Amino acid sequence: MNWAGTWTLLYKEVRRFWSVFIQTVLAPVVTTLLYLLIFGHLLDEGGVQFDNLDYGTFLIPGLVMLTLMQNAFSNSSSSLIQSKMHGNLTFILLSPLSPLEIYLAFVAAAIVRGLVVGLGVFVVGWLGYDLYWQSLAWVLVFAVLSAAVMGGLGLLAGILSDKYDHLAAFQNFVVVPLTFLAGVFYSIHSLPPLWQQLSQFNPFFYMVDGFRYGFFLHSDVSVWTSLAVTLSFLLVVSAINLYLLVRGVKIKN
Amino acid sequence: MTAAVSFQRVRKCYGDLCALKEITLEIPQGSFFGLLGHNGAGKSTMINAMAGLVNLTHGCIEVLGHDVVREYRHTRRLLGVVPQELIDEPFFSVRELLRIQSGYFGLRGRAQAAWIDELLERLALTDKADVKTHQLSGGMKRRVLIAMALVHHPKVLVLDEPTAGVDVGLRQSLWAFAQELHAQGMTIVLTTHYLQEAEALCDRIAIIDHGELLTVASKEELLAAHPWRYIELETNEVAELCSELSARLEQRQGDLLRFRVERDVPMADFLDWVQRSHLDVKDLRSQRASLEQVFLSLTQETHT
Repeated sequence: MNWAGTWTLLYKEVRRFWSVFIQTVLAPVVTTLLYLLIFGHLLDEGGVQFDNLDYGTFLIPGLVMLTLMQNAFSNSSSSLIQSKMHGNLTFILLSPLSPLEIYLAFVAAAIVRGLVVGLGVFVVGWLGYDLYWQSLAWVLVFAVLSAAVMGGLGLLAGILSDKYDHLAAFQNFVVVPLTFLAGVFYSIHSLPPLWQQLSQFNPFFYMVDGFRYGFFLHSDVSVWTSLAVTLSFLLVVSAINLYLLVRGVKIKN
Repeated sequence: MTAAVSFQRVRKCYGDLCALKEITLEIPQGSFFGLLGHNGAGKSTMINAMAGLVNLTHGCIEVLGHDVVREYRHTRRLLGVVPQELIDEPFFSVRELLRIQSGYFGLRGRAQAAWIDELLERLALTDKADVKTHQLSGGMKRRVLIAMALVHHPKVLVLDEPTAGVDVGLRQSLWAFAQELHAQGMTIVLTTHYLQEAEALCDRIAIIDHGELLTVASKEELLAAHPWRYIELETNEVAELCSELSARLEQRQGDLLRFRVERDVPMADFLDWVQRSHLDVKDLRSQRASLEQVFLSLTQETHT
C-alpha cells in the first residue's frame, strides 16, 4: 500500500475544495440556512410536528444530511470530471497509485467535505434551535458512511461522464430526487402507504433515518437495518468503482 | 543488457481499426531514441501504452524488464512521460504541483525540495514557481510538464512532441537539457515532427506508419541504406535535358535543377549526362539523404 501517495492525493483533493471555500463550503451552508428559515419557521408556526418534535428540531438533522450527501457527491464527481476535462488526471494515472488508493483518497476527501459542510449546517441550526444528540456514535457512523457512499457515487458519475452535461443529468435526475425523497423533510410515516413502501427502496432513506436516530433515538426503521443497507450500498458502489478503475473504463484508451 | 523499453507483439485495436499492429521493438538502455511517423501513425498510442494508459488488445510491454500492467508501480517509477497535450491544473501553483507529484511517489524532504528547485531553475521556471498553470504561456506549460515527468528521477524519459509550439530559443535550451540528461545515462524516447531535430539528437530511430513498424535502425544505418543522393545544379540557361537526367529530375525552380540519383551511379556518369545536355553549370552540390528524405521515402513506399 502506497500510504504516502494516497495521503498526498487526499491532501490535494481537500486543498482543491478548500481553495474555493466560498463556493464549496459557505454557499451550501447559506442555502441550507434558507431552507431552515423558510420551512422550519413557517411550519413551526403552523404547529407541525414529527415524532413529538418541533418541526425545526426534526428538520435540522435531515438538512445536515442533505447537505452532507450532496456535497460529498459534488466533491468527487466535480474533481474527476474537471481532471478529465483539463487533462490533469494523467498526472494521477502516471503515478504509482493503485486503483484502490485512488478510490480511497477521492472518497476520503468527499467525506472531509461532507463533514465540514454538514458541521457548518449543524452549527447554524444550533444557533436557532435547541439541538442535542442522544448518540454521537450513531451520528458519526451514519455521517461518515453516507459521505463515503455519496463520494463513491460521485466518483462513479465522474468516471462515466464524458462532459459536464452528463454529470449534471446524474446529479439532477438521480441524486437530487433520491435525497429529497429520503425523508429529509418528513417522516415516511406521514406518507400514504404506497409512498411508504416505495421509500423503502431508496437507499438514501436509510442514511437519513439512521443519522436522525443518532439525534433522537427514534427512527422510521430499525437503526440496524439502516446500517446494514448503508454498508451494503457502500460495498456495491465501491466494487463498481474499483472494477471501473482497474479496467480503466473511460479513463484509459 | 535488458532493453529500456521492450514491445512484444503489441496490438491495439478499436473495433476494426488497429492503431498498433503487432509491434515488436526494443529501445536500448542509454539510447536517444526517435520514434517517427506521420500524424495518426500510432506514436502517441505507443507512448501511452508504455505508460500503461492504454488497454492493449494483445502483447506486452516491459520497462527495464518489468511488465507495465502487472508491475505498474515499478514501471511508473522508472518512466517519466511528457504528454503531447498541454495540461491545466487551475487550483495549484507550479511548485505545489511538483510537490504533489513527488508525494504520489512517496518522495518528500529536503533532498526532494532541492531537486524541485533545481528542476525549476534548469527549466527557467523559478520566477513562475508560485504561479498557477492556467496563467502560463504554452511554452511554460510545456516546461512544467517536463519538470513533472522528471520529478521522480526516472530512468527513461519519454517526450511526446515536446517542442510543438515552442519558440526557437526555448527549443534549443530544452534540447541542451535533454542531451545533458542523456549524457548522465538516461534513456530518452522522442517523438517529433521536426526531423532535423531527430537527426541531430537521436542515435537510433524507428519509423512507424499506420500502426506498423517500418524500420528500426541506428541513424547511420538508416541514412546509409537510403539508395539515393541528391544533386543540385545551378545553370545559366536550361537546355533540353538528356533522357537520363530527365528521368532523375525531381524539382525545377528557374535555373535551379534538383536531381535524385542512385547512389551507385558514379559521379562521372552524371557529369557525362550534364555534358550531353549542354548545361552551362554555375554551381553543383551533392548531398546525402537527410533523415527527412529517408522518412518520406519509406512512408511513401508503403502508400504506393
